Amino acid sequence: MLNFALRRFLLAALVALTVSIVAFFLVRVSGDLATSLAGQEASAEDIEEIRKAYGLDRPIIVQYADWLGAAVQGDFGESLFFPDTVWELVSSRLPTTLRLAMSGLIISLLVGIPFGVIAALRPNSWIDRLAMTIAVAGQAIPTFWMGLMLMVLFSLMLGWTPISGDESWRHFILPAVTLGYYSTPPIMRLTRSGMLEVLSADYIRTAYAKGLRPMPVLFKHALRNAVIPVVALASVQFGHMLSGAIVIESVFAMQGIGYLAWESILRNDIAVIQTILLIVCMFYVFLTVLSDLVNAWLDPRIRVS
Amino acid sequence: MSALLDVQDLTVDIPVSDGELHPVRGISFSIERGETLCLVGESGCGKSLTSLAIMGLLPKRAQRTARVLRIGDLDISSASSREMAHIRGNSMAMIFQEPMTSLNPAYTIGNQLEEALIRHRRVSRAKAQERAVYLLEKVGITGAAGRLRQYPHQLSGGLRQRVMIAMALMCGPELIIADEPTTALDVTIQAQILLLLADLQREFHMGMLLITHDLGVVARVADRVAVMYAGQIVEQGTAAEVFERPLHPYTRGLMACIPIPGKTVRGGRLGSIPGLVPSLIGDMHGCAFRDRCAHATSACASYEAMRDQGDGRAYRCVMTPEETMAASMREQAA
Ligand SMILES: Nc1ncnc2c1ncn2[C@@H]1O[C@H](COP(=O)(O)OP(=O)(O)OP(=O)(O)O)[C@@H](O)[C@H]1O
Ligand code: SF4
Ligand SMILES: [Mg+2]
Repeated sequence: MLNFALRRFLLAALVALTVSIVAFFLVRVSGDLATSLAGQEASAEDIEEIRKAYGLDRPIIVQYADWLGAAVQGDFGESLFFPDTVWELVSSRLPTTLRLAMSGLIISLLVGIPFGVIAALRPNSWIDRLAMTIAVAGQAIPTFWMGLMLMVLFSLMLGWTPISGDESWRHFILPAVTLGYYSTPPIMRLTRSGMLEVLSADYIRTAYAKGLRPMPVLFKHALRNAVIPVVALASVQFGHMLSGAIVIESVFAMQGIGYLAWESILRNDIAVIQTILLIVCMFYVFLTVLSDLVNAWLDPRIRVS
Repeated sequence: MSALLDVQDLTVDIPVSDGELHPVRGISFSIERGETLCLVGESGCGKSLTSLAIMGLLPKRAQRTARVLRIGDLDISSASSREMAHIRGNSMAMIFQEPMTSLNPAYTIGNQLEEALIRHRRVSRAKAQERAVYLLEKVGITGAAGRLRQYPHQLSGGLRQRVMIAMALMCGPELIIADEPTTALDVTIQAQILLLLADLQREFHMGMLLITHDLGVVARVADRVAVMYAGQIVEQGTAAEVFERPLHPYTRGLMACIPIPGKTVRGGRLGSIPGLVPSLIGDMHGCAFRDRCAHATSACASYEAMRDQGDGRAYRCVMTPEETMAASMREQAA
């Protein structure tokens, strides 16, 4: 197990390095930074001056090494528009986004897994059909539209939830439900198909042959095996939620990194964009490792060779 | 003394897309304590469904009826699902054909062995563990205590089937049902496992329903034999009698590869009989074997009755014992 974990971490570190290279170069290939930094009215001399001031005249490899060296020490540079350093800015916004994505994921797991199980136990019943219909219908509605509709209904008409902002947990309800709604269908579908497969396995018959009652068979013998693929999916969904946060945070005016990314893209605040890109990618990498470890813990065939 | 297991006129019907399938059509047999009944027959003749019907583990769509279906004091045909769950793995246990997939990959051998005992006897984990080690040693597994912490994928097929046998024995069942327990295993260990099973059956004085293709083993371990064809029992009797004087042409066809009783070849398989098994869908009349039988006459199209020869010896053929023995002579001459 330890060996397995070490190998995974090493692999993750390599992926992280690759990601940092991509994050760095992606921002640079989108156009000449000095030109866009200088603005519309700048003269050629101004541009050259800015190029020198920001060190953009040096070879790109040197620039990257410089940036990476500073980044590993926690120095991500200065924002062009905020007085804070990029790190202060991003780290103050990150908790909101993480809380939002986490709540969204928990909602989709709490809804998706039980409904997937029920659908598998009664395939083609009305509850199975209902679950699938809601799932399909949900995928067709755009996120921002869904968010706005919920806001109109629950905040404006019923007054149950605050309209926008991120001050209390009640502000998180609608955005989290909106986010969770989109990852519920895939989790539900995978739970359903995994459960259907597991329920017809020979070891389920063995469990019944031992005299176990349906509930222990379901929870101890079936579910444990059926959720293994769901873990990997959930980690991917969490990653999607970080990017989905860009839209949701704008709709609900929440000060998370999604909203910050959007603002920064409009203002061409490269140091911020680059850092957010890097951090979101790091989360993806970390989540992949985490889901591998959870899988190994759930499935002894991975853990014990 | 009444038999441990009594089955009279057991039928199983399964609705399928083009009609109703009748895979088990009025089967009757009984098993005493300490007795082994071997059920033999070609693939698809309904052996597994018969055993699942007794265990109450038939697929949901399948319909079971029986005039009598009883184990010990319990009337299985009218038992609730709670009562069935209470005797399964307890007084009646089953060993399946597929050791590779019959154990849950997510739990240790120990966990899965202890489960039945904890469920039925409410003993402590330590007590259950003790019994698991004892039984693993009984089924010939070395280093039993260490095996408890292993996972199924760490064991070979043969070991897994030994674990399955130990698992079935956890609660000290009165009846053990083994459905082709060695078919999926390496040929070299098939006989080993079957003989182990027979030894344990004798030692613990259990009744055993053994479904197998291995006629060599049948000859060595069976007290009585029931030969099944197309959902019916076509011949029944003590092993010695059935091997010595098979009365049904189908039984003789099966034994064609091991002609000399007592000198059976180890691992001898069922002989292959030319022709196809009839469809089990829809109504069936007359002798089901008549399309493949060398002695078929027009009378066979309407003959179905079992000829009772006394002492549990019976067969299902239009020919009288004298006629069928004469036919047997002609078969051998041919
Ligand atoms: N769940 C099911 N649905 C429909 N038909 C089934 C089902 N299970 C079994 N059958 C059919 O019932 C018949 C008897 O099946 P069964 O499994 O009892 O045969 P068997 O004698 O055990 O054969 P084998 O030696 O191959 O194990 C077969 O024709 C099979 O196709
Ligand atoms: S009844 Fe007729 S067809 Fe059937 S086994 Fe006897 S002789 Fe053959
Ligand atoms: Mg079978």
